[in-house]
Amino acid sequence: MNVPALSFGIALPELFLAVSALGLLLYGAIAGEGSYRRVAGLSIAALACAAVLLFAGAGPRSVGFSGLFVSDGFGTFMKALVLLGAGLGLVLSLDHNRREDMERFEFPILVVFATIGMMLMISASDLMSLYLGLELQSLSLYVIAAFRRDSVKSTEAGLKYFVLGALSSGMLLYGASLVYGFVGSTGFEAIGKALAAVARPGEQAPLGILFGLVFVLAGLAFKVSAAPFHMWTPDVYEGAPTPVTAFFAIAPKVAATALLVRVLVEPFGPLAAQWQQIVWFVAVLSMAVGAFAAIWQTNLKRLMAYSSIGHVGYALVGVVAGGKAGIGAVALYLAIYLFMNVAVFAVILSMRVQGRAAERIDDLAGLSTTHPLMAAGLAASMFAMAGIPPLAGFFSKFYVFEAAVRSGFYVLAVVGVLTSVFGAFYYLRIVKIMYFDDVREALDARVAPSLSGVLAVGSLFTMFFFVMPGPLVRAAHAAAASLFP
Amino acid sequence: MNESWPILSLVTFLPLVGAALVFFVRGDAETVARNARWVALWTTLATFVVSLSLWTGFERGTAAFQFVERAEWFPGTGIAYHMGVDGISVLFVLLSTFLMPICILASWEAIEHRVKEYMIAFLVLETMMVGMFCALDTVLFYIFFEAVLIPMFMIIGVWGGARRVYSAFKFFLYTLAGSVLMLVALLYMYGEAGTTDITRLMGHGFGRQAQTWLWLAFFASFAVKVPMWPVHTWLPDAHVEAPTAGSVILAGVLLKMGAYGFLRFSLPMLPDASVAFTPLVYTLSIVAIVYTSLVALVQQDMKKLIAYSSVAHMGFVTLGIFTGTRQGIDGALFQMLSHGVVSGALFLCVGVVYDRLHTREIARYGGLVERMPRYAAVFMLFTMGSVGLPGTSGFVGEFLVLAGAFQASTWAAAFAALGVILGAAYMLYLYRRVIFGKLERADLRDMVDLSRREIALFLPLVAVVLWMGIQPKPVLDVFSASVDQLVARYQQASIPAASRVASLAD
Repeated sequence: MNVPALSFGIALPELFLAVSALGLLLYGAIAGEGSYRRVAGLSIAALACAAVLLFAGAGPRSVGFSGLFVSDGFGTFMKALVLLGAGLGLVLSLDHNRREDMERFEFPILVVFATIGMMLMISASDLMSLYLGLELQSLSLYVIAAFRRDSVKSTEAGLKYFVLGALSSGMLLYGASLVYGFVGSTGFEAIGKALAAVARPGEQAPLGILFGLVFVLAGLAFKVSAAPFHMWTPDVYEGAPTPVTAFFAIAPKVAATALLVRVLVEPFGPLAAQWQQIVWFVAVLSMAVGAFAAIWQTNLKRLMAYSSIGHVGYALVGVVAGGKAGIGAVALYLAIYLFMNVAVFAVILSMRVQGRAAERIDDLAGLSTTHPLMAAGLAASMFAMAGIPPLAGFFSKFYVFEAAVRSGFYVLAVVGVLTSVFGAFYYLRIVKIMYFDDVREALDARVAPSLSGVLAVGSLFTMFFFVMPGPLVRAAHAAAASLFP
Repeated sequence: MNESWPILSLVTFLPLVGAALVFFVRGDAETVARNARWVALWTTLATFVVSLSLWTGFERGTAAFQFVERAEWFPGTGIAYHMGVDGISVLFVLLSTFLMPICILASWEAIEHRVKEYMIAFLVLETMMVGMFCALDTVLFYIFFEAVLIPMFMIIGVWGGARRVYSAFKFFLYTLAGSVLMLVALLYMYGEAGTTDITRLMGHGFGRQAQTWLWLAFFASFAVKVPMWPVHTWLPDAHVEAPTAGSVILAGVLLKMGAYGFLRFSLPMLPDASVAFTPLVYTLSIVAIVYTSLVALVQQDMKKLIAYSSVAHMGFVTLGIFTGTRQGIDGALFQMLSHGVVSGALFLCVGVVYDRLHTREIARYGGLVERMPRYAAVFMLFTMGSVGLPGTSGFVGEFLVLAGAFQASTWAAAFAALGVILGAAYMLYLYRRVIFGKLERADLRDMVDLSRREIALFLPLVAVVLWMGIQPKPVLDVFSASVDQLVARYQQASIPAASRVASLAD
């Protein structure tokens, strides 16, 4: 294969974003504190432009930068989700930052930097570029988690995230070094070839490479917040400023899952029989933790943290199933998850009692009488997250379980559907509080148009996905197919 | 019949259009409530009128699916929007559309707050119910089957009684837990047969071991929905707490979804396993018939009593279905339709006095016949329908089920017949305590007889119960061909099983 040394063309969206972010940083530094709104607006515009460039440059699989960077259909799909998630995350933050005195121009710029990191993660085709992308993302995220310097909770969240994140990065690096030591290369293609040579059916794979695989997986499981590496999630979700939590729950989750998929399918594809066991276990544990631990939560953000752990578990079911069907199901799952989540966070961000942010579940009491449309949107998202048809969340679970059953993972599918029944309990509880309970302390009537707009987009998508599922399903499966040449 | 006119889609989604209209009703609270009621009533009436063309246009004497519609839905998977009705399902569509305007009318005055949302929930519910009976694709079927839970959860939880939250959760989670196992079974069937088309799955022929597991998964779902003993406990709670119209729909249509599932999936697709599990179903059905009848005898709450009687009557249905005989299945279908009308009407009867006195406690009533003669007559008729008096629809169903049961198993039939006697006991006991006796309490003296609206509610129900009881043939004719085909296929499966036993005995 003739690999050109530098191929800017295939990384155009990333390069554009990087230049824009640096430019905005300069602008912000010169213009000073008052420049937040303009920087935020320009950041959203930059993300949109990057999306346009992404779709304009979408094409067949091509590798560049001496094998460090790959651009393919899978990457395009996932990057589109990340850009959408980051853009919506920024929109969600506008009202909150204005009210909570967080209008500092660094915020949107850090989000853009994190987005660049995520896009690099998705496109990484070498352990080195993988790590660089991951760290660019993580460092930006650590900072915005602790963005409210004056809040103990926020700084605690940032610190906790940083310490545990560094630990997991260390594990990932250690695993990568073991793999490198065994294979003699960090390129995904070379690793894949070397492993295909040793992983003959019926034979035990060498212990060293298995250790490497386990450490890499542990590091990545931390990043997607899958159990048993989920401990940081509830604290960080609860402590971080709410728009940051919303952003965490959407974009990095998509990017890290995409990265996990690519690492498992491309370099470690030949060891599928080995990693399937691990991921199987992680998926079951995540679904169970997501379903059971959430039952006792009283804080909405914490609840959403457990919910996100559960959802990662379901997405991992598709990873275990593997193949075009399984990975396509994962891609679809992430896309639908994104829409459900933005709707929920739009509601959480609109919850204010006399101007103060409210985030307890009980604050929603009687929402259906004071804010009927908001309650309907949140109820739709809740039923969707519980996986009740005909809402979008059902179809994402449907495809995942379909892939699992097709690949013969019956136990996994049965565990999955049963945990989704337990999970349904706490989603229903929110519907119950909104619809069955009486108003205790009414939430403020005024809701920022940016929030209600995002809520409308998310919940209408969730409610009416079934009318025309074709385009998204087709795109997700085409994306998955590009991973299996 | 005009083939190009998508009549099933029209019947299914017309209520949804009505729900959208109700959603956009604006104005002050009074106007919104009034307009929502009228829009809902007219929508359900229009839906019923459209659905009547199913009755006239349905070709008798064939087991084929009719009014079939098919459209690509999920690209590349074969999962399609595929609708159609045969003799088994067409009458349930009609039952749903028939009960719906009555439900709206029954809620006219009883529902005072959040009328708009209430009407939307009911209209959405109608779409889901009708769609479920029309679906010819397993995924489409599952979507409708599950989606019913959302509006019903809301109806019980928002407009229900004192323990509505508990009941709504119990209802939702019980049925969801059963259904998700069916989802796995449906996914397995999809992977195995490569299609989600119900008509093609019926002819697929699954392996013996696979059938066993699939049957159990379906059973988990349908048994909860029917509900069969011992997973029936959600039903009394749900019935007691639901508003009157919610109980009517729950008893009238939702309970039929499980039995319909047996007829649509278990028997035709998994005949070997159905034969193998027949003793289990017999046992559970008989326990349901006898035990829940006894439980019904000691109830203090009118709604709870009728709820337990529903479990007993559905025991007859499951018994009849698994006899695998013509009479048994004919009887089960007839009993389902009859029970849909009769138990719905009985819940309305409870609703009438509940609206006046706001209690369902049997001991609070007595001697109503003196002040409410018309009510007493109507209540009498439906009590008799529930008991199975000849001349009412209940008789035909029970008789056919017992006839079928005698062919299949004398013991089962004998126990079921015992249930008929117990059924007469608890219903007549209820009737005596509520209607007869001394009129002692002061508030009972002020009770007014049926209003014109209530008479309008009951008239069509009375007519149907009598018509089905006196002239059952038009109804039986609709499903005879479909039942014949089902029985023929089922016998094919059970005969090899019997001959295997015979060859072992040799």
